[in-house]
Amino acid sequence: MRMQDHSPSIPLAIDLRGISKSFGAVQANKDIDLRVPAGTIHGIVGENGAGKSTLMSILYGFYEADSGEIYINGKLTQIRNSTDAIAAGIGMVHQHFMLVENFTVLENIMLGAESGALLSGSIADASTEVMRLEEAFGLQVDLQARIDEIPVGQQQRVETIKALYRGARILILDEPTGVLTPQEADQLFEILRSLREQGVTVIIITHKLREIMDLTDNVSVMRQGQMVAHVKTSDTSKEALAELMVGRKIRMDLDKTPAIPKETRIEIKDLGLVDAQKIRRLDALSFEVHAGEIVGIAGVSGNGQSELLEILSGMRSCSEGEIRINGLTITPQQTSDPEEIRHAGIAHVPEDRLKRGLIPRFSASESSILGYHNSPDYNGTILTKAAAIKNHCLHLMQRFDVRPADPDLKSANFSGGNQQKLILAREMDPQPKVLLIGQPTRGVDIGAIAFIHQQIISMRDQGSAVLLVSGELDELISLADRILVMFDGRIVGEVQAEEADERTLGLMMANAHSTEEKEATHV
Amino acid sequence: MDFALNDLLSMLAATIRVSTPLIFAAMAGIFSERSGIVDISLEGKLLAGAFAAASVAAVTGSPWLGLLAAIGVNMLLSLIHGFASITHNGDQVVSGVAINIIVSGLTVVLGMAWFHRAGQTPTLSSDARFMPIDLPGTEALSSIPVLGDIYSKLISGHNLLVYVAFLSVAVTWWVLFRTRFGLRLRAVGENPKAVDTAGISVAFLRYRAVLIAGILTGIGGTYISIAQNASFIRDMSAGQGYIALAAMIFGKWKPLPAMFACFLFGFLDALAMRLQGVSLPYIGEVPVQLIQASPYILTVILLAGFVGKAIAPKADGVPYVKER
Amino acid sequence: MSSTKQPLPAWADILLIPLINLCIAFAVSSMIIYLIGENPLEAFKVMIEGAFGTSEGLGYTLYYATNFIFTGLAVAIAFHAMLFNIGGEGQAYIGGLGVAIVLLALDQTLPFWALFPLALIAGMLFGAAWAAIPAYLQAYRGSHIVITTIMFNFIAANLMVYLLVNIFIVPGSMTPESRVFSEAAQLPFMHEILGWLGITISESPLNLSFIVAIVVSILFWIYVWHTRWGYALRAVGFSESAATYAGIDPKKIIMVTMLISGGLAGLAGLNEVMGVQHKLMLDFVAGYGFTGIAVALMGRNHPVGIILSSILFGALFQGGAELAFEMPSISKEMVFVIQGLIILFSGALAYMSKPWLEKLFSLFASKKHSETEVD
Repeated sequence: MRMQDHSPSIPLAIDLRGISKSFGAVQANKDIDLRVPAGTIHGIVGENGAGKSTLMSILYGFYEADSGEIYINGKLTQIRNSTDAIAAGIGMVHQHFMLVENFTVLENIMLGAESGALLSGSIADASTEVMRLEEAFGLQVDLQARIDEIPVGQQQRVETIKALYRGARILILDEPTGVLTPQEADQLFEILRSLREQGVTVIIITHKLREIMDLTDNVSVMRQGQMVAHVKTSDTSKEALAELMVGRKIRMDLDKTPAIPKETRIEIKDLGLVDAQKIRRLDALSFEVHAGEIVGIAGVSGNGQSELLEILSGMRSCSEGEIRINGLTITPQQTSDPEEIRHAGIAHVPEDRLKRGLIPRFSASESSILGYHNSPDYNGTILTKAAAIKNHCLHLMQRFDVRPADPDLKSANFSGGNQQKLILAREMDPQPKVLLIGQPTRGVDIGAIAFIHQQIISMRDQGSAVLLVSGELDELISLADRILVMFDGRIVGEVQAEEADERTLGLMMANAHSTEEKEATHV
Repeated sequence: MDFALNDLLSMLAATIRVSTPLIFAAMAGIFSERSGIVDISLEGKLLAGAFAAASVAAVTGSPWLGLLAAIGVNMLLSLIHGFASITHNGDQVVSGVAINIIVSGLTVVLGMAWFHRAGQTPTLSSDARFMPIDLPGTEALSSIPVLGDIYSKLISGHNLLVYVAFLSVAVTWWVLFRTRFGLRLRAVGENPKAVDTAGISVAFLRYRAVLIAGILTGIGGTYISIAQNASFIRDMSAGQGYIALAAMIFGKWKPLPAMFACFLFGFLDALAMRLQGVSLPYIGEVPVQLIQASPYILTVILLAGFVGKAIAPKADGVPYVKER
Repeated sequence: MSSTKQPLPAWADILLIPLINLCIAFAVSSMIIYLIGENPLEAFKVMIEGAFGTSEGLGYTLYYATNFIFTGLAVAIAFHAMLFNIGGEGQAYIGGLGVAIVLLALDQTLPFWALFPLALIAGMLFGAAWAAIPAYLQAYRGSHIVITTIMFNFIAANLMVYLLVNIFIVPGSMTPESRVFSEAAQLPFMHEILGWLGITISESPLNLSFIVAIVVSILFWIYVWHTRWGYALRAVGFSESAATYAGIDPKKIIMVTMLISGGLAGLAGLNEVMGVQHKLMLDFVAGYGFTGIAVALMGRNHPVGIILSSILFGALFQGGAELAFEMPSISKEMVFVIQGLIILFSGALAYMSKPWLEKLFSLFASKKHSETEVD
């Protein structure tokens, strides 16, 4: 799709023409045009798998395009590797940080851009320059701190300084807010705006439409490897962008009747956890989940939610407190394990589907009995019942519309959405009394998300007690009956579904919410 | 009193002699693993270096040419291991084991073909070997009580290559922690992606690391055949390459602690040799096989008492593949 | 960078690539033989004739193969759990010790049909015991199993010398060997067994343990791919985190798998001690543990592949013995060089030829495509 000319007078920092890139049979980028005026903040949106990351990887020299041309500041430029990109003034802040954990901040910034063969000189030179950058852009970090000792928001700052240290005038950020609270995200946006004041061009890749609307000047939409729209942000809306991303009208609301909670199925009292590095991960956690309700856990990842799920599913033991879950009692002395938990009628959809939920090199059949592989349904005295397992897999695939419906296909060869559907099918099929879910729609395309959400609600309506951990506030607000917010291993707030809104939850997630503040704003 | 001091000094001197090949191999291992490449083939490289040095020294009469040959052969082996591990992202342990087996067989096959002595190379005269050297001042200081003895028996009088071994520890530390190359090498063993996105070639760094490892094991192998002994004998590396790995792990992949770990093994080896044939109270005579097995048993004990997993360089042994 | 080729068909992956790797290994070996001043083609001719040309040679080939099946299965089952058991040498050695202990203690009192199962169990138990400590250390202390198993190989060698020189030696003898077992404690040779059935073949060390090896291979196949314990084993090998999620304890699996692995290697001791030597002696393992690694890698950790590779290596060993006889300048250690090269090319450089093959196949695919288009 050809771009419309915005303002011919503003020079273009980036001008991509006809960029195409294929990986085997998959065409990740097809004939892409992109024009980014200098000194603007430009958004690139699209679903997972739309090709945004591939395009930016080409710009940063990680891949070479199969065809097309790249013009940086009006000059035709060859970008064969990261060195070329850096030389062209392009810097990138990756979604998963490129930092060496046991090096200091300064060492990380210096790495690859040292001023000499001996470190002593390089360290002095680097310190001076970094101080200058910190003052110019307001990015404060402790240079001598080790990366694994500073919080995630600070680590991201280090990534940004790294790019600016190498003279980047074009900064690309790939999904920067996934690990930040809404308030930390606002701080980041301030920094980006200040960069824009100083003439730096910013490209931000995201699938969060709210950020696009708040931050960007222009936005490009990608879908299935192609560029489908370029608009000025002021000329568009979240709904319009969502439709462009998916290509059809999205029904954003779900069929959901109010919850009718019954007996308590999960009872957590003063749950505490201190991990092997002596860091406290969970602090006097207490709450309940009833049959027929969905309790959501909100919070930036890393605040104890993962550990909570691990303890409830038996993969980890706790340090203090007591859990009663569907008739089973768990204490530090009376530990459990995943097998016992499953036998007690508790199912678990893990947060990381590739590491825990499936075995990528197993066939779909074999993955479909993961956790249930000892059941007499699938085993004789010695031999496994191959036919029974295959039938079970087919049954799951039909129920949840997993495609392709081929039980012999390796689990790794299914798309993210279909993998997730298979896992959900496996865990929901035995009609568990308790369902623990972690990040159910991470990396899943919009079409499958609606289906998955509907299934979770129907589990609730059939009487399961559902505990839902998610990093997507939208998801929690639309699914949960009650939302608990976790921060630093504690529950810092509880909100009923009807009263839940992003701002309140965001403040709680940053532990910046207090009743006095709320009253003050009403004055 | 004098007798006990002499005994102690000779034990310590023996420790240093025996630890030397371990130190070379341990430093080699540190370079390799710090860059992310597991090297099980230290054993094979020591053996190959020993064979090359002894063969060339026998033919040319020059220990220096032997040393060069050992280094050259080892660098070639490092390239093979590097090719398999870095360029082809193959299983690094398998590659290392393969090299060990090939070298073990090839040294005997070539030894037979070239020297017709059932795997041994001809015995060398002292001209063709590295011999012990006396440091300056030994004569003058030898009359001073205690200190003079320590200088003449413990510090001076070692083989040239022993002093080189100590030097190699210092050089390893300096390169790893005081140079740009060392910073990048350590980074690539922790997070190769970080290095790649900074525009530095991961592969080139790793190749250089394994080549340095080859140089160090080349010197170590030379020491075994033409400094410590006077010819090559089949399988003379006797597991020292593996013991060096254990020392490296015990030293947490740091040069100085690894060196001390090597001394520990060396000391126990020297102690065991001292106890051969000696009757101890309550135990009686220690069986010679137990003495011979002691370094291996100690290695296992050290590895058992030690949670090595958590502290290795993060990307150790993980092939670097650019993801899509 | 990344290839844009079609994936290879399954048969190319399973058959063609191992074959190519084998050829490369032989090519390099040929260069070495040439370097020594001998004719590689002559050498291989001698080897093939020595291995398959005579009925006696074939017997020897299969006898060697028996050992390799056991050690190969041992390495393979550990590989399925992503563990590298290099300790097959020591485990086979100690397995043989177990066999000898049972037989020396009971061979005057029990008949063959009692001694055979007892010796078999002892061989497995002792082999498993020798793998137990490295297994425990890897599972519960994180100690690198490669180093510990190698150490245990060295320790086993020293232990056996001590035992043979001081305990098992026949009083008055200078050779470190035990006494010969009674008839009841000797496995019948295959030429004897076939003789009872009226078939005559040449004498060779091939014995009943070959049948045991085949049976064990079948049991291996059933265990790994058709039981829930095999499912748990493969789960741990592919993804420890997912296995934990599924309620499987990786530490237990590591322990059990290594014990089975050691037990399998120990059966090589049964072949040598009860089947061939009929006494306990030094060094009856002679590198078979390492060959097991090559066999497992070439055989892709599958019993069928392992049996075929074992026969190949049996041929190599038997051919190599003949070669050392006919061409004395090539010492028998050449077999180990070939073995190491095979491990290198089948293990670490296994997919070296893959990009070339993929290009070749997509060339054929596009040719076929254009041909059908013309129609």
